[in-house]
Amino acid sequence: MRPILMKGHERPLTFLKYNRDGDLLFSCAKDHTPTVWFADNGERLGTYRGHNGAVWTCDVSRDSMRLLTGSADQTVKLWNVQTGTQLYTFTFGSPARSVEFAIGDELAVITTDPFMELTSAIHVKRIAKDPTEQIEESMLVIKGPQGRINRAVWGPLNRTIISAGEDAVIRIWDSETGKLLRESDKESGHKKTITSLTKSADGSHFLTGSLDKSAKLWDTRTLTLIKTYGTERPVNAVAMSPLLDHVVLGGGQDASAVTTTDHRAGKFEAKFYDKILQEEIGGVKGHFGPINALAFNPDGKSFSSGGEDGYVRLHHFDPDYFNIKI
Amino acid sequence: MAAEVVLMNEVESKAAQLGIDLSVDLNSIQLPPGENFGIVSDDEDVYLDDQLEFDSGFGNVIVVDNLPVVPREKFEKLEGVIRKIYSQIGVIKEDGLWMPTDPETKKTLGYCFIEYNTPQEAELAKEKTNGYKLDRSHIFAVNMFDDFDKYMRVPDEWAPPEIKPYTPGENLQKWLTDEKARDQFVIRAGTDTEVLWNDARQSKTELVYKRTYWTESFVQWSPLGTYLATVHRQGAAVWGGATTFNRLMRYAHPQVKLIDFSPGEKFLVTYSSHEPSNPRDANRVVINIFDVRTGKVMRDFKGSADEFSVGGAGGVAGVSWPVFRWGGGKADKYFAKLGKNMISVYETDIFSLIDKKSLKVENVVDFSWSPTDPILALFVPELGGGNQPARVSLVQIPSKAELRQKNLFSVSDCKMYWQSNGDYLAVKADRYTKTKKSTYTGFELFRIKERDIPIEVLELDNKSDKIIAFAWEPKGHRFAVIHGDNPRPDISFYSMRTAHNTGRVSKLSTLKGKQANALFWSPGGRFIVLAGLKGFNGQLEFFSVDELETMATAEHFMATEIEWDPTGRFVATAVTSVHEMENGFNIWSFNGKLLYRILKDHFFQFLWRPRPPSFLTPEKEEEIARNLKKYSKKYEAEDQDVSMLLSEQDREKRRKLKEEWDKWVSEWKQTHEEENLERQKLRGGEASDEEEEYEAKEVEVEELLDVSEEVLPFEE
Repeated sequence: MRPILMKGHERPLTFLKYNRDGDLLFSCAKDHTPTVWFADNGERLGTYRGHNGAVWTCDVSRDSMRLLTGSADQTVKLWNVQTGTQLYTFTFGSPARSVEFAIGDELAVITTDPFMELTSAIHVKRIAKDPTEQIEESMLVIKGPQGRINRAVWGPLNRTIISAGEDAVIRIWDSETGKLLRESDKESGHKKTITSLTKSADGSHFLTGSLDKSAKLWDTRTLTLIKTYGTERPVNAVAMSPLLDHVVLGGGQDASAVTTTDHRAGKFEAKFYDKILQEEIGGVKGHFGPINALAFNPDGKSFSSGGEDGYVRLHHFDPDYFNIKI
Repeated sequence: MAAEVVLMNEVESKAAQLGIDLSVDLNSIQLPPGENFGIVSDDEDVYLDDQLEFDSGFGNVIVVDNLPVVPREKFEKLEGVIRKIYSQIGVIKEDGLWMPTDPETKKTLGYCFIEYNTPQEAELAKEKTNGYKLDRSHIFAVNMFDDFDKYMRVPDEWAPPEIKPYTPGENLQKWLTDEKARDQFVIRAGTDTEVLWNDARQSKTELVYKRTYWTESFVQWSPLGTYLATVHRQGAAVWGGATTFNRLMRYAHPQVKLIDFSPGEKFLVTYSSHEPSNPRDANRVVINIFDVRTGKVMRDFKGSADEFSVGGAGGVAGVSWPVFRWGGGKADKYFAKLGKNMISVYETDIFSLIDKKSLKVENVVDFSWSPTDPILALFVPELGGGNQPARVSLVQIPSKAELRQKNLFSVSDCKMYWQSNGDYLAVKADRYTKTKKSTYTGFELFRIKERDIPIEVLELDNKSDKIIAFAWEPKGHRFAVIHGDNPRPDISFYSMRTAHNTGRVSKLSTLKGKQANALFWSPGGRFIVLAGLKGFNGQLEFFSVDELETMATAEHFMATEIEWDPTGRFVATAVTSVHEMENGFNIWSFNGKLLYRILKDHFFQFLWRPRPPSFLTPEKEEEIARNLKKYSKKYEAEDQDVSMLLSEQDREKRRKLKEEWDKWVSEWKQTHEEENLERQKLRGGEASDEEEEYEAKEVEVEELLDVSEEVLPFEE
């Protein structure tokens, strides 16, 4: 499996996202320009210029027409995927950390960081079909969790919002009223900051990665812990194969400690685990620095990883991969 | 304000006088959470006992007896004399000297009380002046005031001691009778200390005993594995038992830093070092030798650190540990200490010097005991600019007769390596070259067990090679040397006797350019791990010396410690907390197969529990080795059973997991279907749910045209 090395960013990668068809890959980095690539050969298709700070996150609509990006410049921008033009800019008082379109693409959930005297918050915005009719107002603002909320996603039928962040607690909120419905169990839950959260293709379960060196699999409705995957490194990014029962964990030591040790010491590997048996299957090495972002192609035949080293590595699996037996 | 400053100065100077360290940074002290700081005490009664002794408040008062009885006129003169003597030792408190007089005759009563500022000073005064001769008829008898109570309590009439009924003790060697013949080890990680079985068959560990805050600094097995010693602020303790770990004995020694068992584990040596009362003095050192079973102090040594730090490489806090080196094998008969121009050899029967004097050796800098026999090897360096050569001597104890001596010329340094059976002694001598600018290394090999102790000189093929490591094969006749100046040194194996050459040392093989800097022989010999620690990042090579071939190469990244289990079946490699990452240990088979791996943050110690030597005679052992097939059959069958069972269990477990998952998924699917319509509505009538779409399109033809392999250069 020879990876395709995609060099387009000048700063560490922060987020990766495939569109639904799996032909486009969107990448966000601490440089200010989200980029779109051909997911097949890694050719750069275009960039989205306009942000004035690190871009933390993005999401693309189901029809691959709209792109939503959240940035440290305290804005969330809506783009035309094809032309790269800005359609609308939401402004906040603090950096935007995560965005996600709801089913139907008529709503979006956005989380913002605590900043100055502002606490962290989850905002729900209505996304108008016609960008000229777009309004700034939030439909709902949820506050409460301590520290940064690193990720918030929609639950089944847009009825709930699932959030996770620095306080290591996963919460399920009612997306209509903003009421807290469930909280993850302190005993079985994560012990340190949750860095990443990704839903399964059918939305039935989701995977969280944490600095406590573990990743956990949860039921989307009941928030019961299904599986735990232990690793040797803080987990920065997680992904789930839509095709096989595999999960991928990426991470590594803090970027600040990287230069002091051998590159092997950091374990900058993307580790594959069997989702059901919780056993390690293998690893994909390559990044010089921790892995910050992981994404699976919706067809399950390739995945990409983004590292602190500024590269995106696109891996198409060998035929052997599909016959792994453990 | 000014007054306050003066006051503070006063306090500080006083503190300095008394040797009290005021510079304790309270912020640096971290106590574990909880009211009892996480330490569950199961012996408060014992601690209370200890407390009482300190609470009497007279710890700093001594009683001096046998003073002259003087009339009133001479009272002040006598008082002056006493004050002069005792204020040399420490600061006597104001009104701290009281000499009672007879109210009728107004004469003194022949004794006085002296109160010092600190109990340490009082202790010192007692030690120094007890037996002091004021004149012929007045020899001081000095005692601690607190001791009087104790002496008074001695009943006048002797009562026969109560004979306690005999209670059989636990079988402390129970672990040796394990049915699966497994070995134990202790690990210390974070605040937990655990003793575990190494269950290599099932590739996992099995817990024997676990305790949080078991020790305050470290743990240590006794040399035969009977006891596990823990070290605390109040002293050391040993633990053991048939099935669990109970405390068997405690050894009070405040602020103990280091401990050392005698090889036969009869005695325990404890060491502590204390800040001196006068900052210019060296640290005060206290060493106690306890009888392990009774807990009695057999002998104590006190003095300045200088007295205990002669020779040796320095070691801990200026003292080369162990200060006392045990000799005469497992009988624990002798122990010796290096002094200035002498070696003090003590006998454990009487706990004093053999023949009441030390062994005088001018300028001796190092010595070592034969591991099995009462033979000392000592080294005297070159003197008088080369006029008097350096010398290595073998001395028999207790006769102190010199068995053999070898003069060495232009030697800069010397190290002694005993073979574990005491058959051979290798002396590594660093010699100056003619120009005296550099050194080269040679070995002097003593055959201790042969008549007249013949000596052979061995030089490496390349004389200028630096020696990085040397190690004898345990119980064997071979040794290994890592030598060379390259980043990748060579490793040579030598034998003291080969089939066609019994009387001479001969080289077996040299391995070129290895990434190794440490040697770890299997305790059974034959196999060796060539390890590249530190700079080599934990490279391991498992090498069979019989076949002279590599069995396996492996890596335990960043490994800091390597230890063979006492039977030579397994090797443990560990990354301890000197590194921040990767902490934990790996267990390997003797031939380099990784069996299992356990990660623990803040990993401090890994120690295999030692085993006492086998009772089998050498003949019997040989017989077993010859008929190994017969004996191993049983174990092989067992191994197979276990692995069958394991795979069975494994399959069962996996099947269960799969089933659970499938059940969960089908439940989800059902609700998911039910919600399908609503989802469509949310999407504005768009029909498809992704799953169906993808499966429908699955048309893929893959054709393999060519397979070629190429090496990618950027990975390393």
